Amino acid sequence: MRVVVDFDRCQSNAVCMGIAPDIFEVRDDGFLYILQENPPESSRSKVDEAVRSCPTQAISVEEG
Amino acid sequence: MVGASLAGARAAEALRREGFDGPITLIGAEPHLPYTRPPLSKQYLEGTWGRDRLELKAPAPGPGTGVDFRLGTRAVGLDVARRRVRVSGPDGAGEVGFDGLVVATGCHPRTFPGAGDLDGVFTLRTVDDCDRLKAALDGGPRVAVIGAGFIGSEVAGTCRKRGLDVTVIEALPVPLAGALGEGMGHVLAGVHRDHGTGLRLGVGVEGFVPGPRAGDRHRVAGVRLADESVVEADVVVVGVGVVPTTGWLDGSGLAVDNGLVCDAACFVRAEGGGPGPGFVVAAGDVARWHNPLFGEDMRVEHWTNAVEQAEAAARNLLRGPGRAEPFAPPTYFWSDQYDVKIQYVGRARPGDRMVLAEGSIDERRFVAVYVRGERVVAALALNRPARIVAWQQRVASRSSWNPDLD
Repeated sequence: MRVVVDFDRCQSNAVCMGIAPDIFEVRDDGFLYILQENPPESSRSKVDEAVRSCPTQAISVEEG
Repeated sequence: MVGASLAGARAAEALRREGFDGPITLIGAEPHLPYTRPPLSKQYLEGTWGRDRLELKAPAPGPGTGVDFRLGTRAVGLDVARRRVRVSGPDGAGEVGFDGLVVATGCHPRTFPGAGDLDGVFTLRTVDDCDRLKAALDGGPRVAVIGAGFIGSEVAGTCRKRGLDVTVIEALPVPLAGALGEGMGHVLAGVHRDHGTGLRLGVGVEGFVPGPRAGDRHRVAGVRLADESVVEADVVVVGVGVVPTTGWLDGSGLAVDNGLVCDAACFVRAEGGGPGPGFVVAAGDVARWHNPLFGEDMRVEHWTNAVEQAEAAARNLLRGPGRAEPFAPPTYFWSDQYDVKIQYVGRARPGDRMVLAEGSIDERRFVAVYVRGERVVAALALNRPARIVAWQQRVASRSSWNPDLD
């Protein structure tokens, strides 16, 4: 799976970071960084939760 | 699901994810599929985001998933014993039967006496409200905002971004004093002023000043304050809070007290406070549940809680009261006002000690924490999004305050 963030929507609310800190990190510059663009399958439920919980609907998952 | 907004939609998704494959009906008073509301006071009202950005993008219940949407349909009564919701919709009055029920009817805006009599007076809750307000702002009006809460403050910020003349009227001495404490309120008053927003603080509203007749109604011309002064305005936005939408539960036998009263697992309680039916849960703005993390009954009117509580309530509904798990989140919300991002976790009360934990108030980049006894019960980050998660974990783990924590 590939984690995609629409940075035009992202408002750095950091909800994703609270759910999956090994994949999402909001840094001191105020921007979100994706730490693992292709996380292992074992991370799927956390990534899905981040997708559902993102207040600006900025995160999506692409397969392959 | 009664309520087809964020909590209703997320509850439906959670039921499917947990393996429930029976029919699901979502009853929604608005004529729209579930959408997300936070942009209505910000990007959507400003005009930078279109309607497509309000769509709930994540696995939304849709055709082929066995989810029946009854939109434009209002719940008007609940018969717990017969397990039926009475509804009123495009096809007239009817009933919807259920085995399990999720109540997610949310809240509706509190209004002001006389607000409905004049054109140009608005509340903001739904996308239709927002479209009407947005159209009115297109004419370049002078705007008065009654109430410096989250919605009022965000709307004021958005109006300034649109170059409009704005005055915020607040009965308390500073904005958001109730939610964030007076110290933070002073900081936020400064943010309003620095962006050219007029503030009339510590003064109540007496009523609206009618203007010229437009058709068979009058337009608003301003807001009259308790000190007899008048804030002239062509558009007035009333942002004085919301009321849980529970009128339809009158006579249901369920406990209603500033929201639908629930236990720690989101199962509704019976009138008098005893255990409820065991097949009705509630989630989102309407639910007043016992949060064991803070040991208090609370109702949270924020986005993230609607998502988290809907998922917890749906899971518990499937498990039943015997195997249900308590819903004990630290709770999180954010607010974007002008160039300021506020993020808040936890639950403070008047009397909690507020301490500057990181950064500088003068630079408007800091974390302030709220301490009760030794325990960190809440944290507020202002323009420090990188730090909120660390503090969320401390609130969730009931950490003690320690100045060297960082």
